[in-house]
Amino acid sequence: MRVVSQTIEAPVRVERPETRDRNSTDRPWIVIVWNDPVNLMTYVTLVLQRLFGYNRRKAEKLMLQVHNEGKAIVSNGTREKAEHDVARLHAAGLWATMQQD
Amino acid sequence: MTHGVQPLPDGSYALELEPHETELLRSLAAELEALVETEDAVVARLFPSAYRDDPEAEREYHRLVRHTLVSGRLEALHVLRTRAGAGLLSHSDAEACCSALNDLRLVLGERLGVTEELYERGIESAHPDAFQLSVYGWLTWLQASLVDALASRHQPS
Repeated sequence: MRVVSQTIEAPVRVERPETRDRNSTDRPWIVIVWNDPVNLMTYVTLVLQRLFGYNRRKAEKLMLQVHNEGKAIVSNGTREKAEHDVARLHAAGLWATMQQD
Repeated sequence: MTHGVQPLPDGSYALELEPHETELLRSLAAELEALVETEDAVVARLFPSAYRDDPEAEREYHRLVRHTLVSGRLEALHVLRTRAGAGLLSHSDAEACCSALNDLRLVLGERLGVTEELYERGIESAHPDAFQLSVYGWLTWLQASLVDALASRHQPS
């Protein structure tokens, strides 16, 4: 899967019909990563660095928040961006969801 | 026992496995390759929901990304199955192997009901799943070593 290169750099295309957006508002969407017992802490840190370009310090801080508090918001933006980010996190095997803030 | 993954000056990675370890990785990768496109419950862990409370949006997300996620996973498992015994991994092969190892651990961990506590406590040899848990533990060690090697190449701090 080249989680950390190919799949991630070759964007997952997320297109949706205009009608789906009729009821949406301008509120941003947030992407949440949830804690799980399998993903290694070092792996989660590396994935966050690779996917979002975070430096190690920021990626580790988010990873520790996931580990200690059960979840962390790792990115936000439009619905399309959030879906794209969630898909890349799913490709990497992380447990991610999205919701409107 | 191997010494884990070593980053080499030319940008590749050394991974020396015993023949039985290579064989184990090949058979595990082949097993998961055959499962990825099925509805097997443990494989569901590889395809989490994006939307927790919106079934319609979730169906749409699933429709849009499932194929990409499946083909990416099959590709990485193929790299692991065919390259793990080579002794040397290119950077992209090492990344693919890391992903495939993670998927194997996710599925095996799901099947075995792995918890963080189990991790910390260690595995008793009398455990009914002792063999599979030891495989899980070995995969964990191998992936951790690979992650460390990949991270050593990533931008510092």
